[in-house]
This record gives sequence, C-alpha cells and structure tokens, in this order.
Amino acid sequence: MLDVLRLRDDEPTDEPAVSMEAFLDQSNASSVRIEAGDDVRQLLPALERVRLVEIDFPKLRDGRGFSSARILREAGYKGEIKATGDVLVDLIFFMQRCGFDSFAPDKPFDPEDANNALTRWPHVYQHAADDRVPIWKLRHGDKG
Amino acid sequence: MYRYDQYDPAMVDTRVEEFRDQARRRIEGKLTDDQFKPLRLKNGLYLQLHAYMLRVAIPYGTLDSRQTRKLADIARKYDRGYGHFTTRQNIQYNWIKLEEAADLLGELATVEMHAIQTSGESIRNVSADQYAGAAADEIMDARPWAEMLRQMTNFIPEFSYLPRKFKIAVISSDTDRAALRWHDGAVKIVRNDTGEIGFEVYAGGGMGRTPFISFRIREFLPTGQIFSYLQAILRVWNRHARRDNIHKQRMKILVHELGEEEFRRQVEEEFQHFLTLGHDFPQEEYDRIAAYFAPPPFETGLAEDIDRSDPAFALWFDRQTAAHKAPGYAIVNISLKPIGEIPGDISAEQMDLVADLAERYSFDDLRATHAQNLVLPHVRKADLYAVWKALDDAGLAAANLDLITDIIACPGLDYCSLANARSIPVAQKISERFAGREAEIGELKLKISGCINACGHHHAGNIGILGVDKKGTENYQLLLGGSGAEDASQAKITGPGFDEDGIVNAVEKATEVYLARRQDGERFLDTYRRIGMEPFKEALYA
Repeated sequence: MLDVLRLRDDEPTDEPAVSMEAFLDQSNASSVRIEAGDDVRQLLPALERVRLVEIDFPKLRDGRGFSSARILREAGYKGEIKATGDVLVDLIFFMQRCGFDSFAPDKPFDPEDANNALTRWPHVYQHAADDRVPIWKLRHGDKG
Repeated sequence: MYRYDQYDPAMVDTRVEEFRDQARRRIEGKLTDDQFKPLRLKNGLYLQLHAYMLRVAIPYGTLDSRQTRKLADIARKYDRGYGHFTTRQNIQYNWIKLEEAADLLGELATVEMHAIQTSGESIRNVSADQYAGAAADEIMDARPWAEMLRQMTNFIPEFSYLPRKFKIAVISSDTDRAALRWHDGAVKIVRNDTGEIGFEVYAGGGMGRTPFISFRIREFLPTGQIFSYLQAILRVWNRHARRDNIHKQRMKILVHELGEEEFRRQVEEEFQHFLTLGHDFPQEEYDRIAAYFAPPPFETGLAEDIDRSDPAFALWFDRQTAAHKAPGYAIVNISLKPIGEIPGDISAEQMDLVADLAERYSFDDLRATHAQNLVLPHVRKADLYAVWKALDDAGLAAANLDLITDIIACPGLDYCSLANARSIPVAQKISERFAGREAEIGELKLKISGCINACGHHHAGNIGILGVDKKGTENYQLLLGGSGAEDASQAKITGPGFDEDGIVNAVEKATEVYLARRQDGERFLDTYRRIGMEPFKEALYA
C-alpha cells in the first residue's frame, strides 16, 4: 500500500510545513501548509522561496483545494504540491490535472488502484494546469 | 444532431469502466458507503426508498429514434417497463440494481448516451429550449452552444467537487421555455447593436429551500470567452462558498451574502485572469459542432392549411402545436400528462411509438421538456393529423399544454428518500378534478414538490403545492404567483396547509376566485398579479 505517492523526480524536502500565516511571518521557511479555507493568493508574493505546498482536504466533498493548486500553477509555481487529508484515489487524476504532484492520503492507496486512476483517461476535454492537450485541439490537428 | 467522433466515445466508455471498477470496489468493501456515494452520484445513481434510481442525461433534451428505442429497451430490461422524464430534460429509472448499473451505462454508451454528472455536487447536464432549431422566435439554434458547454463541463477537474450542484440552461429567444432564471448559471443568446452574437449571462438562481431568481451578471459576453467566464464564476464560488452547511452552499447563497455587485466584481477580476491563460474553445470548434445542428432539409412550397373537420384534432392542434420557423411545418408538443396518470411517466411501448413518429415525421428528432413533456420539433402540417391519430391510439394525445392538468410533480414519497409527502396522488387527484375544464381556465402552470428541496418547482408555479410532514401526517401548503418563464417570479404561501383532499379543494377555490375576477385575456398569473393575494386568502380561509 502507498502511504505517499510522489510523481516528481527531485529530492523531497524534509522541512516540515508550517501554516501560511507562520510561513509569511518567517522568511527562512520553504514548506507551507494551506488549509481548505486559506486564500492561497496571499502566498503568491513569496512563491520564490517555496519548495513544498501541502494542500489539505478535510473531507472528501470539500473541493476548495483543487482551485488552490491551480492558482499556484497559474502563478508559475514549479515546486511540489502535495494533497493531504481525505484524499480518495478516485480523485487523484483531477488533482494531478490541477497541479498536484504528490499525495499523502489519510488512508494509503492501493498501488494498482492509483495506477489505474492516473492512466485510465485517454483524453481530456479541457485545458487545466497540466500539459495534456484537450480534445478540441486534437480535433483541429494541434497535437500540442 | 450531434454525433460522437472518435474522442467522445473514448471518454464515455472510460467513464463506464471507471464506474464498473468503483462499483466492484464498493461491493468488495474496499470503498465505504460514504466514499462511494459522491462517486455514484456523479454517475446519476441515487439510493431511493425502495431501490437505486438512475438518472440518464439527455443533453439539451435532444434524442433521436435510436436513442429513444434504447431507453425503451432499458425500461424493459432494467426497470419495470417505464421511464420518468424529469424537470431538467433527463429521464430516470426507479428500479435499478447496483450490480446492473454499469451494464446499463454500457448500453447507453452504445447509443452515445451517458449519465455523467446528472447528480451530485457537480456541473449538471446542460439544458436548453426544447424548441431550439425550430422556434419561429429564436435568434439561432441554442444547441451547439449547449453541446460546447457539455464538453467544457464534463470531467472538468477543478470543478468536480463543488460546494453544491450547478445547473446550466441555454436559450435563444425572449420567450423562456427553459426556466432560465431558476438556474445557477444561464446564458441567453442575444445580438448586440452591431449585430454581433453574444451571451447575456445570469447567475445565482435556484429553487430548493432558499429560492432565488438569478440576476443578470453580464449584459453581453463575446461567445469566444464563455469558458473563461464560466470558470471565473465557478472559481469565485468554489473558493468562497460556505462549506459548513450543505443547505447554504449553492451559488445563490453566496451571491445573496456578497451582494450582486461584489460577486460581479470578483467574477470580472477572475475572468480577466482566465482570459490570459488562453484556454477558451476556439471558433473552429464551435463551427465543427454547429455543423451537426445544420437545419434538416425542410421541403418548400408546403401547404399551410389544416383540416379542422375533426373537432378533437382541432382542439389538440390549437393546444399542442407551436409556430415553426419553416413554412408548412409545426412544432408538436406531446403531453405526458394524460388525465389521472403520473406526470412525466412513459411506458416502453409509448417510447417506441414516439421514436417511430420522430423518425417518420420529424427528421429523427425528439425533445424532452423541463415540464416533463416531449416535443416533435419539425412536423409537416400535412402530417399533423396522422401524428395526432397515432398519439391518440397510444394515449398520448392529451390537449393540455400549460393548462392546469399539465402538472409538474416530483416523484415524492412514493419513491424519494428525501420526500416528506407524496406528490403523485395529489397530481392525479387534481388532474381528475379539473378534467374537461382545463381550456375554460386557460394557462395555469401547477407544480408540486413533495418536500422543500423543490424538485417539483413549486416556487415557480402559478399555483404551487409543497408537501410537508406535519406531526407524522402529510400536509400540503398552497402557493400562488410563481413563474418559471421570462416573467420569472417566486410564488408565495397562502397560509396554513391542507390535507390531501383539502389541497385539491383549495386549488379549486383559487381557480374560482380567478374565474370570478379575471378580465379579458388575463391568465391566472395576470389576475393574481393585479388583485394580489388577499381575495384568494379570503376564499381559502373563510
């Protein structure tokens, strides 16, 4: 079973994540934790020193974290975005499309289920924060 | 109509396999019921009182004969020989087994259908004017944009775990046949002063326990920016909606709490940001989709005359047909509200018959309406008598469009686990009480919900009925003055509720007040708006 699923090649940071408020107050931190109700845009001025953003999902049905991850990627953030909390394997494809590249779920993933979830979809209908080419582009000859 | 290319079936088939895997994991105990629930809801599978219910998407209410026959087959094979058309142009089956649900979805996929996002906290199936492509009064066919919106919103990663459901409607006429203003988000296709086509955008409508009519958030949006604008609306809501109380999480509540101006300001700010990403669907994709909706080859030089010598046919013709844009053609409304029957229900045999009629007389085109009826959009006037005959033989020729027996009703306590009271028997009793008097009373839209979730649209009823639980017995409140049309308004409660027979009597009293007080040409709603609630209250509670 997978306690952590990481889709990046670089070395993970071992610095514990601090709250966004603490992060913004202390200039030497590089790991930050975003709660579901936090306004992630407050982090944007300090993005250059961020290596890891943990975004928490307090319950399965709370999808605020999807928007938080996309906002970070849209601002050009290239570091790690980790989904924590009530992360069901069935959500990780959408999470990856929104910019998440690691997962530390409360309940470990079955590796086969995780692999299926990430590789199942042959196409996507829309642009998101990943580099998948939407169907409408494929239809008109643009392979990205 | 739209046809899948190689990409759409790959998406739908993958969804079926994903769901099959999820159902297997649930049956094996690898998913808890709490975990499985949002997953099955995104595939239209509800757990009702007696069985699972599966809601099938009918994108913008459009079907062809092949699809309709498949829906009939499914009714026979997986249900008890019936389907039930809903208030959002979908069809649902009430007797589904969990073990068979994936097979059912697989059968739908063979006719380019699915149940994607017909339930749950997601962007629901896009609805549209059922007369699209046929109406004499439309600016253009709304369906290409509705199909584009389907592709923009199916499996949209950022907005698949929204605070609550999000319903979209599209129309292209000043006459609103789609309950536009009662949707969370809606677009009306308009033409501006320079002749350019664009969208008037509405946000924040919805029924439920806290009803709101939407507000116009944008007067004119260029069509090519709709994906950015839609995402901006959704992101503002997704980020800022309450998450502590499921009854206060619809967009309408956030709009109400922030105020229209502040909500608009935030959306416009996010919109400017989205525009910079370059994610909008291009004109060439619209053109590709629109080609599928090219007008059918209408004949020219057709006769406009109607032989009215059969009075039953003449009555039906006057009530059930509407003006078509092509000379010699008419739009035919098929009532699924025969006297004393369940509103919106249709048997498998009736579905087969309607499929035959669509294929033979309407360029293989059939529509579902939010009022739980069907439409043959393109029928030659010369064929109307034959169509009427065939419908009459199948029990589908009721002439009651928009009349008091054309009732919208939710499934209520006969099926639904949320309901407080039954809706169907009340609808049946009202239908029987007013049989034969509908035309005398004139346009009167009556809508019944079996609980405050308002699936039966009682807030938008000229007469609305809301079933509640009063100390263990079913009780019905009467509401007056609602409208789901272009003159949208919210109905108001008259006063204390009634028991099942009492509510039927109360409806009759309300119609008596109207008949006594109406002036020339006034509909029930017009009279109510002119004289107000008091005369009705006096008659009801004297």
